[in-house]
Amino acid sequence: MTTLLEVSGVSVSFDGFRAINNLSFQIGAAEMRAIIGPNGAGKTTFMDIVTGKTKPDEGRVIWGERSLSLLGLSEARIAREGVGRKFQKPTVFEDQSVQENLLMALKDRRGPFSVLFYRPQRAHLARVAELANEIGLSDQLRRKSGELSHGQKQWLEIGMLLAQEPRLLLVDEPAAGMTPAEREHTTSILVEAAKTRAVVVVEHDMEFVRRLGCKVTVLHEGSVLAEGSLDHVTANKEVIDVYLGR
Amino acid sequence: MQRAYQGRNRSTAIFLLLLAVFTLVVTLLSEGVGIGMVSTSFVKTLGKTLCLALVAISMDLVWGYAGILSLGHFAFFGLGGYMIGMWLMYERTREIVVTSLADAPIPPTAQEVSDAVANQIFGVVGTAEFPLIWTFADSLFAQLLLVVLVPGILAGVFGWLAFRSRVAGVYLSILTQAMTLALSLYLFQNDNGLRGNNGLSGLQNIPGLTEVPQALVSVWFFWGAAFALAAGYLLSVWVVSGKFGSVLRGIRDDEARVRFLGYPVEAYKLVLFAGTACLAGIAGALYYPQAGIINPAELAPIASIYLAVWVAIGGRGRLYGAVIGAGFVSLVSSWFTGGQAPDVPLGFYTIKWVDWWLVVLGLSFVLVTLFAPKGIGGLFDLLERRIAPDRHGADLGPDQGALREKEASE
Repeated sequence: MTTLLEVSGVSVSFDGFRAINNLSFQIGAAEMRAIIGPNGAGKTTFMDIVTGKTKPDEGRVIWGERSLSLLGLSEARIAREGVGRKFQKPTVFEDQSVQENLLMALKDRRGPFSVLFYRPQRAHLARVAELANEIGLSDQLRRKSGELSHGQKQWLEIGMLLAQEPRLLLVDEPAAGMTPAEREHTTSILVEAAKTRAVVVVEHDMEFVRRLGCKVTVLHEGSVLAEGSLDHVTANKEVIDVYLGR
Repeated sequence: MQRAYQGRNRSTAIFLLLLAVFTLVVTLLSEGVGIGMVSTSFVKTLGKTLCLALVAISMDLVWGYAGILSLGHFAFFGLGGYMIGMWLMYERTREIVVTSLADAPIPPTAQEVSDAVANQIFGVVGTAEFPLIWTFADSLFAQLLLVVLVPGILAGVFGWLAFRSRVAGVYLSILTQAMTLALSLYLFQNDNGLRGNNGLSGLQNIPGLTEVPQALVSVWFFWGAAFALAAGYLLSVWVVSGKFGSVLRGIRDDEARVRFLGYPVEAYKLVLFAGTACLAGIAGALYYPQAGIINPAELAPIASIYLAVWVAIGGRGRLYGAVIGAGFVSLVSSWFTGGQAPDVPLGFYTIKWVDWWLVVLGLSFVLVTLFAPKGIGGLFDLLERRIAPDRHGADLGPDQGALREKEASE
């Protein structure tokens, strides 16, 4: 399996506090991975580093077949390379309709002048309709996304993530605030996505992680504590001590 | 096929219609071509107001749509005025000089004419030579180009430096205000080649049109301003009604999120900042020939703050709101400060509006910001809702058991 993202020996400190400590992580081009760990383990900081929001003090972040280093690139450039991110708190553009949100996310040229002359084509609208159907928002396309319920906003954000057609999805607590049925649906969308691309899910909920049925990486104090199947890591003595046992 | 972006076609059509009717009415009532019920000076005031509406639109694009509170757009407006003013003043002075030298026994050489013009223009600041920046002043075409280029390039360089360092929010506002202050202080200096605090004057005398009475010229400029406003409005509608507008509003609401979608936010801000500066320059170039004079006080930071106040009172994030704000506030303002508003005697104290108008304006700005963030434009939302209640997704009836919309339609 080819490696899509390779993070090696990365460290970052905030005011002397080591948020990430010599962290190494790899993921293949079509793979699902769950990241678990107690609060402050560095899960969000890890995502910040990959997406370019935080610059690490040392280490390497290598991307794709051309072994591109992501470290010098801007957030926008990294996103265009194919890294998509879903935040823990749903962040959609509340003042705009569901359709406008999806069209903005839809994979296309991003420069100001090509966007200025952009007018939606039939194929784009069809793709938006298809996505809206997948996330259960077909009836809400014209509504302002600020009027949606919390769960629907989560869906919209997942839809926007899919619309970007990223090669790597970073998903922070996708199931927070969802009903059991909605969780089920989220799981199936993520599993489906992982057939063609890399998906990294940060999650607290063990039951949700179990349903994803994928390899699990346990973070603790900024580095990898254990890696393997869920059963394997939950049997690990150290993992029980720092995380599950509490 | 359903439309992808919320169309603002209706409000655009209504706006253009109202503007056309307004232009027609003013024309028919003017002294120049109509029955003379509206004085020439008031036609000029109205024409200037249209130019202010245009610069307010450019402010609304940067602030209302993209969330960049620029306190420099009136400086770009003034720069546009200076650029056209240079040609107007040069050409007009040259005409006068040539006429007066025509009686001389020996025809004047080109150098003599040039020296005499320079002496006329710059005598007031103690020099008699053309500074370097007047190189193109003899060419209308070049100066018209500079009307757009000078504000555009200044905004481009400034924006590039500020945006790439990710200066945003109140810090950016302070930075733009510092730029405006620096520019106006520079223009106040007598040796800068733009006549210091004397400014450029006599701009209402259009070269080649000296035989035409001001009553007629004022109507022509009024038409020009109305046309520019209509064109600028249409251009702005086009810019904000598609995906570009969607991205701009995204930047205003959550800049980081737009970045994570892959959009180069800084490039968008730069394009918008420089583009609206060009628009402001054009508005200024139409304004100052009607005002007749431009001096550095026009570019002072307070003018750019006024611009923000107009847009806030009119309604941010909607183009007609900016027009309403600029028109309403600037006309009311000139009524109050022009001494036309009657004083209010309270017995122990007499309220003189000339002194108190700024307080009223400041208070209404605070009140609008606190209690009616949509401004005057927000009133149209109320109106629209009364005509066509938009109740999608709401309960149809008052009690819990009432049918939802979807069930009811089945």
